[in-house]
Amino acid sequence: MRRTDLVSSVASPATSLFNGFFEWFGELGIFSWRVLRAAVTAPYEGRELIRQLDEVGSKSLPLVAMAGAAIGVIISLEARYSLTRFGAKSMFPATLVYSVVQVMGPVITGLVVSGRVGAGMGAELASMKVTEQIDAIEASAINPYRLLAATRILACILMLPLLTLATDACALLTGYFAQALVEPLSFHQFISSGFNGATFNAFLPQTFKTAVYGLIIGLIACFQGMRTRGGAAGVGRAATNSVVLASLFLILADVVMVKFILVFFP
Amino acid sequence: MATAYDIATKPAEPKQGNSVPFVAVENVYKSFAGHKVLSGVTLRVNQGETLAVLGRSGTGKSVLLRLIIGLATPDSGTVCIRGQNIAGLALDRMGEIRKKMGFLFQQAALYDSLTIRENVAFPLEHHRRDMSKSERDDRVRQLLAEVGLEGALNKMPSDISGGMQKRVGLARALALEPEILLLDEPTAGLDPISSGEIDELILKLQRERRMASIVVTHDLHSAKTIAGRLALLNEGNVVIEGTFERLQQSDIGFVKEFLQQS
Repeated sequence: MRRTDLVSSVASPATSLFNGFFEWFGELGIFSWRVLRAAVTAPYEGRELIRQLDEVGSKSLPLVAMAGAAIGVIISLEARYSLTRFGAKSMFPATLVYSVVQVMGPVITGLVVSGRVGAGMGAELASMKVTEQIDAIEASAINPYRLLAATRILACILMLPLLTLATDACALLTGYFAQALVEPLSFHQFISSGFNGATFNAFLPQTFKTAVYGLIIGLIACFQGMRTRGGAAGVGRAATNSVVLASLFLILADVVMVKFILVFFP
Repeated sequence: MATAYDIATKPAEPKQGNSVPFVAVENVYKSFAGHKVLSGVTLRVNQGETLAVLGRSGTGKSVLLRLIIGLATPDSGTVCIRGQNIAGLALDRMGEIRKKMGFLFQQAALYDSLTIRENVAFPLEHHRRDMSKSERDDRVRQLLAEVGLEGALNKMPSDISGGMQKRVGLARALALEPEILLLDEPTAGLDPISSGEIDELILKLQRERRMASIVVTHDLHSAKTIAGRLALLNEGNVVIEGTFERLQQSDIGFVKEFLQQS
């Protein structure tokens, strides 16, 4: 193979990957601007928003509750073992509370909702796109960015903090029961010891940061769904990409937000 | 000489006396991924007139309809609705124009999670908020009766046949009492009896509502039944435009071949 052919065979896919990367972000920017503009101007789609709040909130509740319950038991088992080894068993309630509320609760809720809601929204909108239902909405003089995207994204933003509270509550309850089964510990003692010296700054920013997770999940799922091409395979790709990209951006955003919270809410 | 910018931003001058045509497509070009679909199409449709756009599959007939309703934008040329160039209009402004237009999609494009009643009520719920629920229900029943489907109110789109889905799509397109109907292959994929029924329905609507229509089809029989004027597309351009008799008298090879094969 000639040297120029070798260079072009490597450079060409790299250039196309590079272009695709920036094209994706450019399209996401335009999409976000259209959704924002549609969301802040009348007419407002109140009924669709309520439907989406139910879809994202109530229907995700059992799943996040179960995930929270499992996480509570896991942290309880792991923490008891480690703390006993270091002779710090009295720190168990605080360790459980801080681990759940500050770290695991928000991230687990985000990832679970990203899997359930992100895939659902991505597939639903993609299916509507390939069967021309979104075009039909637009042809009926209805703004699809307002009706389909803004309502779904807003529902995710509003519901994620509430779902996180549910995850936290379930995790703390099961964590407490897992400990109480091994060693007698009153619930009052567990709570007062766990939250001893805790401030709003320690918990509120960690819970409300999940609104940003909601924005990421809703935005990515709606964007991937509404730009779908290519029939059933396209619908499958949209659902997969929605989950993968939303989960990835969610974790990356968490890195930034943790640093931000540590600086501004010490 | 007019630049591409001038063409894209200036409203087209009406050329037929002082009357502004309802739809004016002027010198429109459209390509997809380097493949030229429309190359310099010019068409006009006046109030109350029916135009059938004929042509082989893949000649850009459906693309033309999508350009007229603003679901696609031309690479160059203008599409004017009542003299207003629709290029670059914001979605909400375009929505005001679309309220005067009804669109029947080739595959009907019914909302598959809604019942037939909800599908037809959908535009009314969003644009006729002054209507009470009972008024809306009455209107939906009346529209479905017009297309002969009053008994299918609570069925899902997946529970009815392709022909019935097109009728529901037509009822939905008529919900806002449009001034023009855009019909994309209304009889495609239907048996001859169902096709004839759809043609009859379109003729009845034209008689009763006196609305303009643009019908995209490759079915010559259907086109000459429902349209007063026909336009034949080939390789992205209008080969001939006029009455069916004019097409029959044409010496153009493609026109003769199309008429013979149809």
